[in-house]
Amino acid sequence: MNQTAILFLEFGAVLLGLGVLGALALRVGVSPIPLYLIAGLAFGTGGILPLTTSKEFVSVGAQLGVILVMLPLGLEYTADELVTSLKGNSRAGIVDVVVNAAPGAVCALLLGWGPVAAVAMAGVTYATSSSITARILSDLGWIGNRETPVVLSLLVFEELAMAIYLPILTAMLAGLSFLGGALTVGIALATVSVVLLVALRGGRLIQVFMARPNPEVLVLKMVGLALLVAGVAQQLHVSAAVGAFLVGIVLSGKLAEDAQALLIPMRDLFAAMFFVFFGLQTDPATIGPVAGLAALLALVSMVTKLVTGAYAARRAGIARAGRVRAGMALIPRGEFNIVIAGLAVTAGAHPDLGPVAAAYVLILAAFGPLAARLVQPLITAIAKRA
Amino acid sequence: MEVEQTALPGIGLRHEFSTRYGRRIGVVSHRAGGRDLVIYDPGDPDRACETVKLNDVEADALAELLGAPRIVQRLNDLHREVEGLVSLQLPIAPGSPYAGRAMGEARVRTRTGASIVAVVRAGQVFASPAPGFPLAAGDVVVVVGSPDGTGAAADIIANG
Repeated sequence: MNQTAILFLEFGAVLLGLGVLGALALRVGVSPIPLYLIAGLAFGTGGILPLTTSKEFVSVGAQLGVILVMLPLGLEYTADELVTSLKGNSRAGIVDVVVNAAPGAVCALLLGWGPVAAVAMAGVTYATSSSITARILSDLGWIGNRETPVVLSLLVFEELAMAIYLPILTAMLAGLSFLGGALTVGIALATVSVVLLVALRGGRLIQVFMARPNPEVLVLKMVGLALLVAGVAQQLHVSAAVGAFLVGIVLSGKLAEDAQALLIPMRDLFAAMFFVFFGLQTDPATIGPVAGLAALLALVSMVTKLVTGAYAARRAGIARAGRVRAGMALIPRGEFNIVIAGLAVTAGAHPDLGPVAAAYVLILAAFGPLAARLVQPLITAIAKRA
Repeated sequence: MEVEQTALPGIGLRHEFSTRYGRRIGVVSHRAGGRDLVIYDPGDPDRACETVKLNDVEADALAELLGAPRIVQRLNDLHREVEGLVSLQLPIAPGSPYAGRAMGEARVRTRTGASIVAVVRAGQVFASPAPGFPLAAGDVVVVVGSPDGTGAAADIIANG
């Protein structure tokens, strides 16, 4: 058969399958991310249905996927919101970092994966999936709840933390000498500051450049700019993902809203490829031996997120039931965590890191929304009995 | 009454307050448009037990329903407070000489000293209408002034 025909057949079947799986997932109220990962495992080396021809294609798609996942993540919050959260919420935000980065870091150190892997694993257990959490809040009608601002401001803080963390991680993964690493981190931190400053003060110039005569042109300009910056970032060892993320932060206001609406369908397509590709890279046989470890890590970090949410909500004067909900909403992990694990795997971290991260995200992306769904009936039942 | 305003990063704004009878209600204004009317659980005041999603048109309609009768009510309160001030609601009958003409042509204020402060049409209130505002049969004109002035205004609206 013709190569192109095989490519289209394979790729089409994969996408169609993902669509069906995704529809199923949404019907039962679960995030489709774990299903994409499972699909990737099934199609990868050692899976049930290994792909032959379209693997290359999916790999390119996945790289674009990282950029298209990170750009809307940056667009989510305005620079004002980022700075406000830094001022008002830093205490809860720092508790979030310390308590939730610890399980991953400690786990990596105990297993002797080395300090760089520890930094990567810290990121894997730290970041909550803002997209899954946002979906939980809206699906369960929690947006009006009084603990919701607490949850959202923690997510905003995490986004800011990621803007600083990702460049540092990529510098460490690149194995640069101390001087080179310090230089890269310095460049990265300076870039982040400049980006925030531009977004806060001089955003107008970019807004004027990006001003949209029509949606087509806006999509081209937006993705073009993100790819360009991502390329420059990659060249400076700051990772393409970070570049795209920073472009998202610079753009704000009405423009960001329009862009987000336009980018979401594209992101959904490429993000699916990205999750599948991460699954492809992982041999299902390697997950078995680390499944227990991943489950333990998931359990521990569920507890730490619950504690974080409860602490932050208590500080905001929320009663007990609201504190539990705040913690529950923060449990899901997803895109950031896989991006981080992906960076570490590409840089040749410990071979167990990929499978552990895959299983870990699989568990928490699936279980987080379910737990949140079940918690309210439980709270109501307890309140009735009391 | 104190209305509390909270920013919801990535979503929009929330306003909430407690009613005199101890229920808490709020409105979430989404950045992308649309409003959620939120009613809090009396047993768990942090939880929205009812969330009603409204699009812009529905939110406007609700605001009008809650707001329109309030203007008339406030006028009644006003004339109770200020001695000698009367407000009247004058319907424009189909035979009125001003049905289909601009409000200013009746020259109500010049002739009577009373003022037209609002026109109510199909449940919608047009507050402080301009002289060019076209009156139509079925409208209700709200006039404020002295008892004599508003009486004279009623006569003008009915008979010219």
